[in-house]
Amino acid sequence: MSVRSIVPFGPQHPVLPEPIHLDLVLEDERVVEAIPSIGFIHRGLEKLVEKKDFVEYVYVAERVCGICSFMHGMGYCEAIEHTMGIEVPERAKYLRTIWSEMSRIHSHMMWLGLLADGFGFESLFMESWRMREKILDMFEYSTGGRVIFSVNKIGGQRKDMPDDMIADFVGILDGMEKEIRSLSHTFLNDYAVKSRLEGVGFLTKQQAHDLGAVGPFMRASGIALDTRKTGYAAYAHLEFEPIISTVGDSYARTDVRIREIFQSIDLIRQAAAKIPAGDVAVPFKGNPTGEYLMRVEQPRGEAIYYVKGNGTKNLDRFRLRTPTFANIPGLVETLKGCQLADVPILILTIDPCISCTER
Amino acid sequence: MTDNQLTDNKLTNIAAVELLASCQQLKNDGYHIMQICAVRTTGGYELTYSFGLDYAMVNLRMIISTDEEVMSISSIFSPAFLYENEIRELFGVQIQRINVDYKGNLYRIAVKTPFKD
Amino acid sequence: MSIISFSRTVLHNLFSKPATRNYPQVPREYPLRTRGQIGIDIDSCIFCGICQKKCPTGAIAVVRETKNWSINRFGCIQCGECVGVCPKKCLTMLQTYAESNATKTRENFTQIMKAAPGEPPKTAASETQNTALTADTTKE
Repeated sequence: MSVRSIVPFGPQHPVLPEPIHLDLVLEDERVVEAIPSIGFIHRGLEKLVEKKDFVEYVYVAERVCGICSFMHGMGYCEAIEHTMGIEVPERAKYLRTIWSEMSRIHSHMMWLGLLADGFGFESLFMESWRMREKILDMFEYSTGGRVIFSVNKIGGQRKDMPDDMIADFVGILDGMEKEIRSLSHTFLNDYAVKSRLEGVGFLTKQQAHDLGAVGPFMRASGIALDTRKTGYAAYAHLEFEPIISTVGDSYARTDVRIREIFQSIDLIRQAAAKIPAGDVAVPFKGNPTGEYLMRVEQPRGEAIYYVKGNGTKNLDRFRLRTPTFANIPGLVETLKGCQLADVPILILTIDPCISCTER
Repeated sequence: MTDNQLTDNKLTNIAAVELLASCQQLKNDGYHIMQICAVRTTGGYELTYSFGLDYAMVNLRMIISTDEEVMSISSIFSPAFLYENEIRELFGVQIQRINVDYKGNLYRIAVKTPFKD
Repeated sequence: MSIISFSRTVLHNLFSKPATRNYPQVPREYPLRTRGQIGIDIDSCIFCGICQKKCPTGAIAVVRETKNWSINRFGCIQCGECVGVCPKKCLTMLQTYAESNATKTRENFTQIMKAAPGEPPKTAASETQNTALTADTTKE
């Protein structure tokens, strides 16, 4: 006869990297149901539109999250630029693409380290983060900060990357690519790692579509959609295909993210070869009116930025739908039927970013 | 209101009574829910529901008054519960019959409905 | 399926030097563009107050009568807007970070007026004081 019990998990837990709370209903050691609960770090950033004018709000928007910081600033600026009809110069679009892809590499390397830490493989965690330090140094050389960059502004970018700096970065990335390949050999082929990741946390293609999953979580279940294909910034000029896997378990999600790192390095090479000379910003006048919905592919999935202006310098509304917010119902579905010891790994495979979710 | 088009975005205004029927039609066509957004206007709220299929996005806009009751769409699109709980807690929109109801405890904030004023 | 695929990396790491810097014995060299803290050349300042208007957090306070320019180091987000708008270019972004402290203080800079030759210099400023953060925010 099996015993039913309810175990609260989080928000403080040694293996959990994000402050999410789950009430797990267990039968012996198997999870039958999970009820998510968020709200521990709600800061109410969306209400600050009433106090900060739309030019200063870039600094608030990029502080929603530390890992996805560049793309939050970029998404906000692009939404305002579309409402006001500002056309950003080509060089600024390419710079945005290069910095976005560097953010993606850094976020995925961080995730790989956290995943290895989640199943106890600390040396692999340290190796991943050691490689990630090179990207953070590259950010510090070009923007001045390691976490918050403050290079986005409405109308373009605040700083430029001279061509020799871009060429140096491509050289560093070439060296990193070899190291990441040998690291990924351990992630994908080691017996201990595979036994924790394979066959755990299945999500079928139909479930991923119905529950509104986004990002690598959705692509590992076989849906081939990548918001970068809608052609914002300079992505319309670059060639790439969405990376998918059809299996749908945790191993597939790891595989998709590792292949996305190599795809990002390739995209940076393509952008560095095609970047034109020119200005990086245009001046503008006036206040935003009207509304716009901008979709950006963050490392964790698709983020939607809704901006509504009314002709004054304070916006009416800024709404940010983050990818983790859309992935939580999918997480609850994958948890059904797994063992209690697999719960932290499954939470990590959606790449949670609760700071984004709660704003 | 200026155009808010990416090439395949659409915005349709609907009345509150047509909400469930439109959502059921979109579900049958294969769309999934992307977001629900609320904006406070004088005298009420403006709710925008966004649905997606592949790269296309369809938006439904509903204008309601401050105390009007809205039916939840979580019976049709089950992931909508998070968005509706958030709107109810922050804005005070009266959404009824959400399938997973947090009853005002999703964000556990000290001030009730802070975005309403 | 490999069982000890990581062993080569482990052995390599065992016999090479550490990846981390032995800070603070080995000092850190910051790149040129690092946004550490704001520095001011107070003698060129004309106290126009544009930096105070542009600051997103309200960390800068300018008092023209006493020729006082002060910054709340803990409110500054190192965005660099003030550096860009200063008409006399007396603000710079330094590469070293601000020191940590147990209380939030304002750092004051006062311009001493130069005297004509033959006369003793006269100061226009009063004493600098450390004041708490809440009393000084000029922008809501």
